[in-house]
Amino acid sequence: MNETPILEMNDISMEFPGVKALSEVNFQVRAGEIHAICGENGAGKSTLMKVLSGVHPYGSYSGQVTYKGEACNFRSIRDSEARGIVIIHQELALIPFLSIAENIFLGNERASHGIIDWGQANKQAAELLARVGLAENPSTNIVDIGVGKQQLVEIAKALAKRVELLILDEPTAALNDDDSEHLLNILRLLRDEGVTCIIISHKLGEIIRVADSITVIRDGQVIETLDVVADQADEERLIKGMVGREMNSRFPEHHHNVGEEVFRVEDWTVHHPVDAQRVMVDRANLDIRAGEIVGLAGLMGSGRTELAMSIFGRTYGANISGTVYLRGVPISTHTVELAVRNGLAYVSEDRKRYGLNLIQSVKENKTSAALGKLSKYGVIDKNAETKAANKLKDDLRVKTPTVESPVSKLSGGNQQKVSLAKWVFTDPEVLILDEPTRGIDVGAKYEIYQIINDLATDGKAVLVISSELPELIGICRRIYALSEGRITGVVDRAGATQEYLMNLMTQETKKAS
Amino acid sequence: MASFKDSIGGSLRQYGIMGALVLVVAFFAVFTNGMLLNPDNVATLILQNSYVLILAIGMVMVIVAGHIDLSVGSLVAFIGGVLGWAVINWHWPWPMAIGLALVVGLLVGAWHGFWVAYVRIPAFIVTLSGMLVFRGLALMIAGVTMAGFDQGFIQISSGKLPQTFFIGNLDGLTLIIGAVGVAGLVFSQLRSRSAQIKHGIATESLGLMIGKLVVISVAIVAVTVRLAEPRGFVPYLLLLIGVLILIYSFVLNRTVFGRHIYAIGGNLNAAILSGINTARTNFMIFVHMGLLSAIAAIVVTSRAGAATAQVGQNYELDAIAACFIGGTAVTGGIGRISGAMVGALIMGVLNMGLSIGKVDPAVQQTIKGLVLLGAVALDLLSKRRAKVA
Repeated sequence: MNETPILEMNDISMEFPGVKALSEVNFQVRAGEIHAICGENGAGKSTLMKVLSGVHPYGSYSGQVTYKGEACNFRSIRDSEARGIVIIHQELALIPFLSIAENIFLGNERASHGIIDWGQANKQAAELLARVGLAENPSTNIVDIGVGKQQLVEIAKALAKRVELLILDEPTAALNDDDSEHLLNILRLLRDEGVTCIIISHKLGEIIRVADSITVIRDGQVIETLDVVADQADEERLIKGMVGREMNSRFPEHHHNVGEEVFRVEDWTVHHPVDAQRVMVDRANLDIRAGEIVGLAGLMGSGRTELAMSIFGRTYGANISGTVYLRGVPISTHTVELAVRNGLAYVSEDRKRYGLNLIQSVKENKTSAALGKLSKYGVIDKNAETKAANKLKDDLRVKTPTVESPVSKLSGGNQQKVSLAKWVFTDPEVLILDEPTRGIDVGAKYEIYQIINDLATDGKAVLVISSELPELIGICRRIYALSEGRITGVVDRAGATQEYLMNLMTQETKKAS
Repeated sequence: MASFKDSIGGSLRQYGIMGALVLVVAFFAVFTNGMLLNPDNVATLILQNSYVLILAIGMVMVIVAGHIDLSVGSLVAFIGGVLGWAVINWHWPWPMAIGLALVVGLLVGAWHGFWVAYVRIPAFIVTLSGMLVFRGLALMIAGVTMAGFDQGFIQISSGKLPQTFFIGNLDGLTLIIGAVGVAGLVFSQLRSRSAQIKHGIATESLGLMIGKLVVISVAIVAVTVRLAEPRGFVPYLLLLIGVLILIYSFVLNRTVFGRHIYAIGGNLNAAILSGINTARTNFMIFVHMGLLSAIAAIVVTSRAGAATAQVGQNYELDAIAACFIGGTAVTGGIGRISGAMVGALIMGVLNMGLSIGKVDPAVQQTIKGLVLLGAVALDLLSKRRAKVA
């Protein structure tokens, strides 16, 4: 390993409307090392890598990026790839119905005068597959191989571009232990061949085993960079760095007034919809009382959204088993219609994809889940609809010119309020809120917390899913921790610390490593 | 101020297509030395395009929900054949045959709806299959042209409102219908405006609304007077189409079913997660399309006075073109019946104007194709500009 940095990022700052995503970040990577970046969701890890790879173009951030002693003013991914910097995103960029070879050379075809030389392509693909230890025929289609092998194809694709600095965003999040281990071994081999790697991961155990250096990021700032050997980095230290922020009054006052049990899930097990062998949620049990806000803490890929969506109308997963009780009575939630009729509501973490119809108005979005309440013989009472929409607008303090405005014109926080309002209007007994404050600014977050508190005061049972631990500790009465599909513990607010929760949330991953 | 600008922009886009219709009419009025606006031509325009108008009503629903229906032309031929078989071969009274045609339309719609909604085969494929299947069935039952329908049946398309009394040289009944239409329009606009004010919803500016009402009222009055002239007439079909437009506009704007169509087309995932029964909604859309295809078949057969398997070629494309010219979004979620009707009329005026002007049919076809492309391009460009601004 070489002590001179191959990459230097100096004083990088970047702002999104309302959020300071990166604040004077200084980050160095030595040539030929594996450098891990860890931090909570939203800490700025991915943003930093997007700056490096040109996804956020030169000019959208301030500060300097120097690679191999030369300044980098990347305007797009093409520019960074031309310099041998390749990023592999968490969402794999492979085309399912093309072959391995076709995917490896996608956008980088082995061709002369526009005509592809398939013999050459398949031969080179086979060599690359050998380098990443993947024993598959290059003409096999991507859909026919597992996620672990698809990751290796991504790496082969990067190697085909003569990668010198490889960036991997959560490469093992979707992999089982064997596949993860194989992938990490390949990274070690590549390091020995001189490829520098940056890896973003939540799995602290695996980071410590594979990385040479670790940089901890929190709230858009670098907390520290550790040399794994010299500094004797351990998980405790990393967790402290990741979560060690002060708690002040970012959360409204709320006094829980808790009634009897409203909602209970027993032995809930869910399998992956495509890979039916893979268990996504494993015998989960949880209960919520009337007027209680309960948290579900889990990292990305822990099965938290899978748990919620499989309960809500079986909109995720296969081979689902277990029982859902409402006030002690088993209920069916086989379809969304049934789940809604039985008093459930689910506000998705991705409001643009799963929550809102962006080409409709605020009003139409708010009433879309409960039009039955506003209609007789299938005919909508437009006056009643407008009245209801206006009331929701006032109750939830939605800032919009009128309820007739298209919801796409609203800010993120107000869009989130609209998707909350849509479910408040169904008057549910149980609300499942999946990442209710993702991507919205601090002020709007406070208002969302207030709405959640009001719902609890009204006697609703509320489940808040989040990976932001301070948020859960700030608003919940009890917090369940989820790790690798298993509920690893439940903590009272009084006894909850971020370190303790983070330990529970990574318990199963640590066990595996 | 921004919202005022938005509402103007929105209105302009919404009514831009009507402006296009006015321009096309004006152009051809000059091009044909005024012949286009002869009273009998105005009535014939409706008759000639009745099938597009009826089919486009259903096609708007289909496209808004994110589907397409390629089978309607074949359906018109097939159901026409059923009509012919019932009346000519079985000697059924024609009202009974019409009942049969409507039932067959519903069944065929249910057939398509089943495959689209419950087996989840893309509508493009299901209705492409339907296009072949029903053209084939039409050839089987109506391979030989069946003529000899009774006068009662023919009257459906050729019948006109009786001229009972006159005001000057204008037909009184026609004028009354026109007046009722204008009064209804003004009344409904004022009513919804007062409701909006009552609920504290920002309304479009009074001037804009009055301007809009004046333009539309003038158009209605102009058409009415033309039709009331001695050489003009009001075909029953115009009334039938008017009723269909009113019913289906109500369905799309005011019913839960209609709202679900927009929700499915706008964001299918969100619709599913909102508990909307998307399968049933999709099924019902195709049932309605089948029913409207049957109505179109009755009208077309009545006009031809015969049932033949060759009828209805390219009707699906005319209906789809009318929707797209009328501002229906290719990706679904956006579209109105009024827009599609205007789109159909633009194509109709083009047809008629070019024919009166004795333009070569090959050139006509080419011009129509370019108009379709131009209309959609204008729509897209104006939206893109609105987004930038």
